[in-house]
Amino acid sequence: MMQRIKPFLLTNGPMLISIAIFILVYFAGSRVYPNMQKTQVFFNLFINQASLMIISIGMTLVLITGGIDLSVAGMIALTSAASASLLAKGASPALVIPLMLVMGVAFGTTIGSLIQFLKVQPFIVSLMGLFFARGMAYIITLEGLPIENPTYRLLALTKVYIPFLGKTYVYIPSLIGPILLLVVIYLSFFTRFGRTVYAIGNNEQSARLMGLPVGRTKIIVYAFSGFCSALAGIVWSISLLSGYGGYAPGMELDAISSVVIGGTLLTGGVGNVIGTLFGVLINGTIVSILQFNGTLSSWWTRIGVGVLTLIFIGIQSLFYMRKKHS
Amino acid sequence: MKNNTALLKRIRENRLFWPLIALALILVTDAIFVPGFFKIGILDGHLYGNMIDVLNNSAPLMLVAIGMTLVIATGGVDLSVGAVIAISAAMGAVLINPALGNKLISNEILTKDATNTPLVLIVLADLAAGTLCGLWNGFLVSRGKIQPMVATLILMVAGRGIAQLITNGQIMTIYYTPYFFFGNGFIFGLPVSIYIVALVFLFAWILVRKTSIGLFIETVGINAKSAYYSGISEKNIKLFVYTFCGFCAAIAGLILSSYVHSADGNNNGLNYEMDAILAVVIGGTLMSGGRFSLLSSVVGALIIWTFTITMYTFGVPANALLAGRAVLVLVVILLYSDYTQNFLNKFTDRKKVRHDATN
Amino acid sequence: MTDTNDLILTVKDISKTFPGVNALEHVDFSLKRGEIHALVGENGAGKSTLIKILTGVEYPDTGSIELDGKIMEVKSPQHAQEIGISTVYQEVNLCTNISVAENIMLGHEPRRFGGIDWKRLNAFANLALQRLSVDIDVTQPLGNYSVAIQQMVAIARSLEIASAKILILDEPTSSLDVAEANRLFSLMQKLKGEGIGIIFITHFLDQVYQISDRITVLRNGKLVGTFITASLPRMELIAKMLGRSITDLDEMSKAKFSREQKESKKYSLEARGLGRSGSLEPFDLQLHASEVVGIAGLLGSGRTEMANLIFGIDTPDTGTLTLNDRQVEHFSPLESLKNGIALCPEDRKAEGIVGDLTIRENIILALQARYGWFKFLSTQKQYEIAAKYIQILGISTPSPDQLVKNLSGGNQQKVILARWLATNPQVLILDEPTKGIDVGAKAEIQKLMLDLAEEGKSCVFISSELEEVLRTSHRIIVLRDRKKAAEYPGDVDDHTIIQTMAGNL
Repeated sequence: MMQRIKPFLLTNGPMLISIAIFILVYFAGSRVYPNMQKTQVFFNLFINQASLMIISIGMTLVLITGGIDLSVAGMIALTSAASASLLAKGASPALVIPLMLVMGVAFGTTIGSLIQFLKVQPFIVSLMGLFFARGMAYIITLEGLPIENPTYRLLALTKVYIPFLGKTYVYIPSLIGPILLLVVIYLSFFTRFGRTVYAIGNNEQSARLMGLPVGRTKIIVYAFSGFCSALAGIVWSISLLSGYGGYAPGMELDAISSVVIGGTLLTGGVGNVIGTLFGVLINGTIVSILQFNGTLSSWWTRIGVGVLTLIFIGIQSLFYMRKKHS
Repeated sequence: MKNNTALLKRIRENRLFWPLIALALILVTDAIFVPGFFKIGILDGHLYGNMIDVLNNSAPLMLVAIGMTLVIATGGVDLSVGAVIAISAAMGAVLINPALGNKLISNEILTKDATNTPLVLIVLADLAAGTLCGLWNGFLVSRGKIQPMVATLILMVAGRGIAQLITNGQIMTIYYTPYFFFGNGFIFGLPVSIYIVALVFLFAWILVRKTSIGLFIETVGINAKSAYYSGISEKNIKLFVYTFCGFCAAIAGLILSSYVHSADGNNNGLNYEMDAILAVVIGGTLMSGGRFSLLSSVVGALIIWTFTITMYTFGVPANALLAGRAVLVLVVILLYSDYTQNFLNKFTDRKKVRHDATN
Repeated sequence: MTDTNDLILTVKDISKTFPGVNALEHVDFSLKRGEIHALVGENGAGKSTLIKILTGVEYPDTGSIELDGKIMEVKSPQHAQEIGISTVYQEVNLCTNISVAENIMLGHEPRRFGGIDWKRLNAFANLALQRLSVDIDVTQPLGNYSVAIQQMVAIARSLEIASAKILILDEPTSSLDVAEANRLFSLMQKLKGEGIGIIFITHFLDQVYQISDRITVLRNGKLVGTFITASLPRMELIAKMLGRSITDLDEMSKAKFSREQKESKKYSLEARGLGRSGSLEPFDLQLHASEVVGIAGLLGSGRTEMANLIFGIDTPDTGTLTLNDRQVEHFSPLESLKNGIALCPEDRKAEGIVGDLTIRENIILALQARYGWFKFLSTQKQYEIAAKYIQILGISTPSPDQLVKNLSGGNQQKVILARWLATNPQVLILDEPTKGIDVGAKAEIQKLMLDLAEEGKSCVFISSELEEVLRTSHRIIVLRDRKKAAEYPGDVDDHTIIQTMAGNL
């Protein structure tokens, strides 16, 4: 184990920087706004960014293979609209939730197959997927539908108290992200699938010649992203108790930003989900700080995230350029 | 007969072939299913009809597609064009209207058909704003060595915020009638926007095909290292294409805001980056860079809008159209895929063999 | 159990056609157990196609493959590995971001509770490398190690997967220095002793004679013959590869010194104390007009670095570069082009050809770059220039509108050369211009350098083939360990040069 730590430190520089910056930003924010020092504020990050965390985790694997999945936010919208519609017609959540997950997997598999077999750029295919998903969501319900199902309400309003931390709580859907994180950590480091993902991102040709199941893995990665999007959509529908085609606008970009800030290279082969976790937390922290400020309008968030992403990219470029020359 | 097959193959391999076929397919569908689609009448001294709408509406997209083609040809992409459109529109609106700051202005002044700044300066300011955005992107990519997708993502995200900043968070309506000329005017019966597109296209074409810039762009896109060794400045080429793309987006913003008489930081040019990329891809330029064709991208933009207007006439609501657009792209991609090409190759070869056999 | 007369592989009557090209025609090939069999041939001879067929990347149009007595169809690279055909390519096909151990074991890794058992995986990897006498930290990413080590890892992997019966090594020594190559050879001998049949593809004839038992020569897709190495004199081998008499090469050697060397005191280029830390120690170099200066040195001695400094790819930290009495202020390829210096780079694929552009476009590229964005060479002029060099260099192509990526290696190299010649340089630096191309083209390029010298230009010729450098250079500079070690006149003997490289002089 000891032997693995040193190279780990070397190869994960940007991620460690992200963690450091998260701590820094959070600290700075809590100094300026004393109300931020409450522990609940930290856990609110997990509540508010629940959906973003889930799709970012799925996105991480896709980006590591060197691909990209722009359809994730569309899938959230579609899931919310489809769930709302089915629940309104009286279907039980026990049917709806698994069905949505299956839909997500099918959707992702289709995208992955188009990329793998038609050899089209992931950017284009997933973009199409985004349009298609949102379009379908609007066809299901043009104006949006409320969700009145009691199980959903229960899931939305039940507080889960954090052990040892008194009154701090999260909601049930907020737990899904961290659990998924643990699952994907295991996948990334302890399964052939995960290692193949990294291999593909480094050199797809080599991975294929090494006999690794490249085609299958690439499709699975998109199927998994579709699964995550649907899962995030379910979480979203629970949180907002409604479904609408216009939900989560631009969230695919927030996901990509989070993953990149977390240390994953867009070119693939480098990065991991732990970094993504911190990328999402940084995103959420900025939103929190703006909320606490109260006077700055929300469109400053967009500028803020933009600037931050720029800084991180700069750090990444420097770090990897220097590494290349050494 | 052998010559004909070779000619057919050459036509098929020409980059314009498939886009034109796709366009033809859509037009044929219109001719069959929508009576009166092609009807062009004369109203108020200018041409009027669905086809004119298509031309007018697709003008901004064509412009952005022209700029985007060059960027994609260098192996990059510009995701910020939508935001640049918004910024350029905001510039125009703000310069016309004295509603800067939080001063309370009487409704009369607000809706006056007049401008605070001469039209010429407004146009220049618009173009300057967009070109500056392009320069920014260009510097990030060429000097900052940041990946294009990431670099332009930043302006895409932050740019709308900047547009909001310029208009102080409001949607500004424009009342100055000469401004409407760009999006709504007609010259010799055809929309002004088309003339603008033609001018820009001509300018771009001369710039890339009558100078060595086009060759260098293609070289940088195919093999940047070889380009460097050959004495080509990859940095300057990339700086140029992103700046030019910003310039095109600025003009598009001018036409768009003129068309809708307003500047809306959130909605101006929404999804334009996606449509522009699709137009370029439909036109056959590879996302990985290299050979490009400005004309094909323009046809690609036309295809997207003809399809859209066709859908509107079928009564499909705009939002649901998203799904339709996705299917459209799928069809085009299928047409370009290796599978289809191989299938067609077999078809033409079989024809040839059969003919030789009968001889 | 030493049935070394047993054939492990018999390939009969293999043919393969690609559109417009007969890659292989009725080729027979056999490999014995426990032999090292060299496969040689110029570019376009069909070596790589044959290997692709053996490894399941391509399927033959006709013919059969018999492995260990059984007729087999190799369906895919994975299948090839499973049946015992292991291949290590020139570009080591591994992934540099995962650990050495993973590169060896991934695909057949040990499991524990459904997941990867890292402890055992690392242990197995260590064992596999020990078998090859390599001792490194297997948990580090592969990218942290040199190409030579990466190659060893690739070999370790192929031996681990299935009990390999055949090991194919495709140009394994191109990126290795002498020590590393020898290490590879002792490994090959060891494997040979274990009964594995090794197919060794290389263009280094020295190495062919150093370790192979038999040689198969291909030319233009056809089998020339299979010979026992010990019985085939080197000259005859080259003759068979060329398909013509090699007296031309000898003639050229003699011709070099009979040429009039226009003595001129004026240097065309002078480097004084030019150096760059981490790259090359400060050196002095003087180039006169009308001469060919050869740069000899082992891999890593700084040859390409020297070329890059002179051409402006790298900016020096110290020293000056003067061209025709004018000092160079700004170092960049474009500046050098304007000053009349041209560099034909080492890696033609990555640094030279622009594959999707036509021959014409590739040829006029640097010239156009020198003219800038707005002074445009008319299409007619472009075709004229292209036609001129296609003719001078003998580039075989139906038209100048052919895409460069479809040409053979030798022709591609000629196109790149044409690009630089078109700029009419005063100084032409050629970095390994004859690497990976056929003997015929090699001879043409060497002759070209002497022609250029006769016209009054200076050529700098960098090559790892000592014989070529000796044959064509009027002066020879030897580099060692990033330093200029010595400078000799053109008639120095190879023994002296090798001694200098080794550090004995």
